[in-house]
Amino acid sequence: MAAPAISLLLLFVAVPFLASIGFSLYNVRLGDPRDPSFMGLTQYVRILTDPDVSGQFLDALLHNLIFAAVVVPVQTALALALALLVKKNLPGMGVFRSLYFLPVVFPIALVAIIWRLILARGDQGLLNSALAFFSGGAFGSQDWLGSELTALASVIVLSIWQGCGFQMVILLAALQQVPPELYEAAELDRANGWQRFVHVTLPGVRTTLVFVALYTTILSLRVFDQIYVLAKSGGGLNEDATRTVMYEAVTAAFDENNIGRASAISVVFFLIVVVLSLIQRRVTTEKEG
Amino acid sequence: MAQMTASNPKISRRELKSRIPHYAVLLVTGVLFLAPVAYMVAASLAPASDTLAGFTVFDVTQWGLHNYSGVASSLSSDSTGHLWRFFAVSFTVTVAVVGLGLIVNSMAAYALARLSWRGRAVALLAILLILIVPFEAVAVPMFYLYNDARNTLWIQILPFIGNALSIFLFYSFFTGIPRSIDEAARVDGAGPWRIFWQIIAPMSKPAYASVAILTFLTQWGSFLWPVLMISDPNLRPLPLQISVFAGQLPPAWGQVMAFGVLLVLPVIVVFLVFQRWFIEGVASSAVKG
Repeated sequence: MAAPAISLLLLFVAVPFLASIGFSLYNVRLGDPRDPSFMGLTQYVRILTDPDVSGQFLDALLHNLIFAAVVVPVQTALALALALLVKKNLPGMGVFRSLYFLPVVFPIALVAIIWRLILARGDQGLLNSALAFFSGGAFGSQDWLGSELTALASVIVLSIWQGCGFQMVILLAALQQVPPELYEAAELDRANGWQRFVHVTLPGVRTTLVFVALYTTILSLRVFDQIYVLAKSGGGLNEDATRTVMYEAVTAAFDENNIGRASAISVVFFLIVVVLSLIQRRVTTEKEG
Repeated sequence: MAQMTASNPKISRRELKSRIPHYAVLLVTGVLFLAPVAYMVAASLAPASDTLAGFTVFDVTQWGLHNYSGVASSLSSDSTGHLWRFFAVSFTVTVAVVGLGLIVNSMAAYALARLSWRGRAVALLAILLILIVPFEAVAVPMFYLYNDARNTLWIQILPFIGNALSIFLFYSFFTGIPRSIDEAARVDGAGPWRIFWQIIAPMSKPAYASVAILTFLTQWGSFLWPVLMISDPNLRPLPLQISVFAGQLPPAWGQVMAFGVLLVLPVIVVFLVFQRWFIEGVASSAVKG
């Protein structure tokens, strides 16, 4: 009964994964008439230390880390705030819940295209016109996606917009499980809103918060679609300021036909994900135990 | 609530007053979250010259459906691909992945949760390990290994049917069903296939719904794999096609946004109809996964 699923997983996860370790040790290229030559760990040494290659790879890693360092706290805090806002059973709350969740159903490729227009440079872009309008023209037009300073920040904003509702739903489920008696007791102790938040709400959802944060960290490492769409589909994205690890892997495989290096990047990527997943698993087990 | 208002009007007035800032925050956040969606819809209806002209895009008097007929005629030759075909591809791939995935993964989960067979413990451990491997980590080696299958429909489907997360979600659901139910059926002479299809599966509708929705959402927006594997316009799924369409010169932004609306509409319809399952599915996937 388990055979079909297990054979599919072997064929499309286990075998490719083991193959990537193998490929990373060879000079593998598509359509190359010569047999791939063994290179040992050269691909790894190159992506980490060779000045010609490592610059882009380490930049990519850094962008993933910055992305995670901003998105994880900001998105988690925003999601918690939204969850608190829609927790109360007031009329119309269902509408707001759906509204904040709505971007989650948008494919990220589409999200990137919509935001590419909103962030368009010059005064034609919606954001630039809105800023000019509200500042009475004092705020000049920005090239949000093209400028080195704002390119990554722009990608971060559109990613948070798309992903926040997801975290909100998880945190909402956790908030609804905090026993109401705790809030009543806090009210009897004349705790104000902030004190109730710090002493009842936060401890009540602490494990879920940690879980959500780690989960978002892993998602931050996987970022690819929006960068690729914005950089390759005429989005004018500053590639050097935004390339990510997955973007590097795909361009190495696709544009440079260097399967060996792309596999080495995939393996490094996987090792980072494993470390984070192990931490995550520990946290979840603690939660259950 | 109505009773409380009648018996204690003073408290309710204070309560009402405290609700005003609450709703104000909800509304402002709601507008910010909805703005990009509203912009997409407005740009799909506005004349092409208004897409990148600040707030003019929201000028209702200029709206019409010309971008929708425009996108249908822009994408109606074999060199550009046909609009209906992109939908047919995405629809076929998504339905096949969701449908076959539900059957195959729930069967595997049942075998893991209930049947005793050689290698069960190993298989369970393997699933837990595979759960950590994100698709991104195997995309590059798969691109190499399955290169002969580029530009086919089946290579968009087959790799995504077996899914460790789906197996895991089914597994947790099945282990929550009392064993006495299986045993009663076994006493009546039912074999494992009958027990599963006639008793366990019908009892597990919430698990099927959650997994279906989650797979649907991921698959409908799938981008990385089609980027690597599909260049034939007649086999492109929607998210890949919109990025190609947006990258055309000169870009027809109004038509791109009309395409975007068409792309996301099926998901929004499914979301609105199955809202409760949607949110539960997302929450359970993340909390358990």
